[in-house]
Amino acid sequence: MTHDHFKNRMIDYLAGQLTCKAVTEAITDYLEGNLGLMERIRFQMHLGFCRGCRRYLRQMRLTLRTVGTLPRDPIPPAVRDELLQRFRTWKVRSQT
Amino acid sequence: MEDVTLLQALRKGDETAFAQLIDHYHASLLRLAMTFVASPAVAEEVVQETWIGILEGIGRFEGRSSLKTWIFRILTNQAKTRGVRERRNAAFSPLGHSTEEPEVPAVDPSRFHTSGYWVDHWNSLPRYWDDETPERIFLSKEGLAQIEKAMSALPPTQRQVITLRDVEGLTAVEVCNILSIGETNQRVLLHRARSHVRRALEKYLDKGDSQS
Repeated sequence: MTHDHFKNRMIDYLAGQLTCKAVTEAITDYLEGNLGLMERIRFQMHLGFCRGCRRYLRQMRLTLRTVGTLPRDPIPPAVRDELLQRFRTWKVRSQT
Repeated sequence: MEDVTLLQALRKGDETAFAQLIDHYHASLLRLAMTFVASPAVAEEVVQETWIGILEGIGRFEGRSSLKTWIFRILTNQAKTRGVRERRNAAFSPLGHSTEEPEVPAVDPSRFHTSGYWVDHWNSLPRYWDDETPERIFLSKEGLAQIEKAMSALPPTQRQVITLRDVEGLTAVEVCNILSIGETNQRVLLHRARSHVRRALEKYLDKGDSQS
């Protein structure tokens, strides 16, 4: 018990008293490079010791990658034709 | 094509340049328009008006921002005007239009120890997502639908911020400029939006795993 207690204390100390909950709330600031030096160190210390938060960060990064690769619908041909027609009209008007 | 080259071509009336522009931006504009107005038909109209606005303004564009930022700004202005008009016509328009969202924690509080030595630390670890997770989500129609659903369930400003930052890949400064919001606000909105979408993906992925 005392050993465990000591170990926990140690982890807690090294993780800089940051809770996992706090990590999940600071994660955007971390990813945005908005944490100060000491905060960033504390954050990274916590990550070093906490598998849950490492996974959470990974999930967040993969979420961003997922959102960033959402497939886009190509422009419908009818809309495209209409816009090109508008362009021709604009061209005639703007160049006279 | 580079912004400058594209602009010169457009001003000269080069139709291929314009075709390139609409092929590149139409889907993005439509996606952004949908965050401002409720109906897809109105969103289409807003995008059409945006293209006209672009053509009319192209001679005045000075290149102080990127072409992309400028285009999104025009859409935002068109959409805001349209949104206001729509709301004015609506029978019941609650004042303030719920721009103030209640603060939702990034992670469900039940995921953390609520007392004891490990208070506010994970009580069950998040799952490990491998590198193929995005591909796996896109593989199924349902996965894709779930992300879109999660995005459209967001309050409008959060949805605008995540769309511009993470779908379109714009910088924080550009997004503040396009939406006329402050840096801190942008970050808060981004944080809430990303956390919400992650939660939705987690829910979807966990469900899939428990079924297989």
